[in-house]
Order: sequence, then structure tokens, then C-alpha cells
Amino acid sequence: MSDVLAVLVCVAGGLAGGLVGVGGGILFVPALTVFIGLGQVEGEATSLLMIVIVALVGAYRQRGYGNVRTREALTIGALSPVGVLIGVAASNLLPERALQLAFAALALFMAAHLVRRARAA
Amino acid sequence: MTESDAAARRNELLRLAAIGTAAGAFSGLFGVGGGTVIVPLLIFWFGFGERLATGTSLAAIVIVGSLGALAQGGIYGNVHVVTGLLLAIPAIVGVVLGTAIQQRIPQRAVSYLFAGLLVAVAVDLILK
Repeated sequence: MSDVLAVLVCVAGGLAGGLVGVGGGILFVPALTVFIGLGQVEGEATSLLMIVIVALVGAYRQRGYGNVRTREALTIGALSPVGVLIGVAASNLLPERALQLAFAALALFMAAHLVRRARAA
Repeated sequence: MTESDAAARRNELLRLAAIGTAAGAFSGLFGVGGGTVIVPLLIFWFGFGERLATGTSLAAIVIVGSLGALAQGGIYGNVHVVTGLLLAIPAIVGVVLGTAIQQRIPQRAVSYLFAGLLVAVAVDLILK
């Protein structure tokens, strides 16, 4: 049963990516931790793998609509390794509980952002 | 190239580096793509429209996420590859569906729905 829920939440994560442009990771991580039973760090790490695949499909489709500036995208990616290494190291050094609470704060921040945008539209 | 052109290029590169570093740190720390950081900065600093910012952000996330997955998997062994690949399938169904129906339903309702889902996630994490 929890596998089915994990699948449904992952569909919702992909939908969120396509519909409102928030990355699916904010839903992939809870799908992996709550329904599959991974720890917070493992859920986040596995979510990154899923994001790569989903972003690849999403970017390919957006490219078809002329919505991708390849040069800027490649430059941002190429200049990200320092930040990535800092973030990954921090996620492994922080206590699991601190990481959970920080992730909860991020989810609330993104919820507020969505509501603000919906009210402005 | 004149001197002011060179300065403008340098400034642009510096801003892209700032976006890349911030998105990378966010992505590595939280296991998300970093679009929350990339999209608003492309809009504010480069004057991108929302669609162009989202599309470009997705393309950047392919690289940022790959680096993050490599570091988490290669250095710390935290990536559950089979689980991730299996759950990527429903996620792809979602993203393809999402882009297809984006035009047909009111954006506002969708935003409220996802906001509600995120609040539920946060409450669950806080109460753990």
C-alpha cells in the first residue's frame, strides 16, 4: 500500500514540475522517506537521481517550445560544483533532525511562494 | 570587444556563477533541483520571462542534479539507484501530463493544491 502511495506522490511531484515549475524534489524526498522508509539524507540523495531524469525530460519538452537558453543553462551548471559539494557535505554532517526541520521550512517557504503567486495572478 | 563589453561579460559570468553556486548548495543540502533559487534570479538579474526562466532552470538542473547525485552516491553511498530509477517512471508520467494540461486548467487552483500538499509534508516532518 505504501508503495502505491509513493508512486502517486511521485506522479504528483512530476505534475508539480510540469504545471507550476517547482522542482519535483520537494515531493520526491517525502515520497522516499515517508512511504519507502529511507532516511532523510538517503531520500535526498535518491531524489537527486530522480530529478536528473525528470529535468532531462522536462527540459527537452521546454526546448521544443523555445523556452530554454542553452548557454546560460550550461554556464550555471558548469559553475555549480563548489556549491554542490558544500551542500552535499553539509547534508551528511548535519544531524538528521536538523535536516528534517530545515526541509520542512523549505516546504513551507515554497507553499507560501505558491500562494503568493496564485493571489497575484 | 570594447572595455565596457568585457566588463558586462564579466558581470554576467559572475552572476551566473553566483546562481550556480547557490543552486548547487541548495540542491546538495535538500535533494531538490535548485529551481527555487535559479528561476527568481534569472527573472530579477537577467530579465527572463517566467517560462524562459523555468525552461532554462530545468536544463541547468540536469547538470546540477547530476553532480549532486554523483557526490551523494560516489562519496557517501547514499543513493538507492534501483528505487530512484523505478520511482522516476511515475514522475516522468507526471511531468509529461503536467506540461500537457498546463494550459487547460486554472493555474490558481493547482497552486493552492500543491501549497496544501507542501504544508502537509512540513507538518509531518515537524511532528516526527
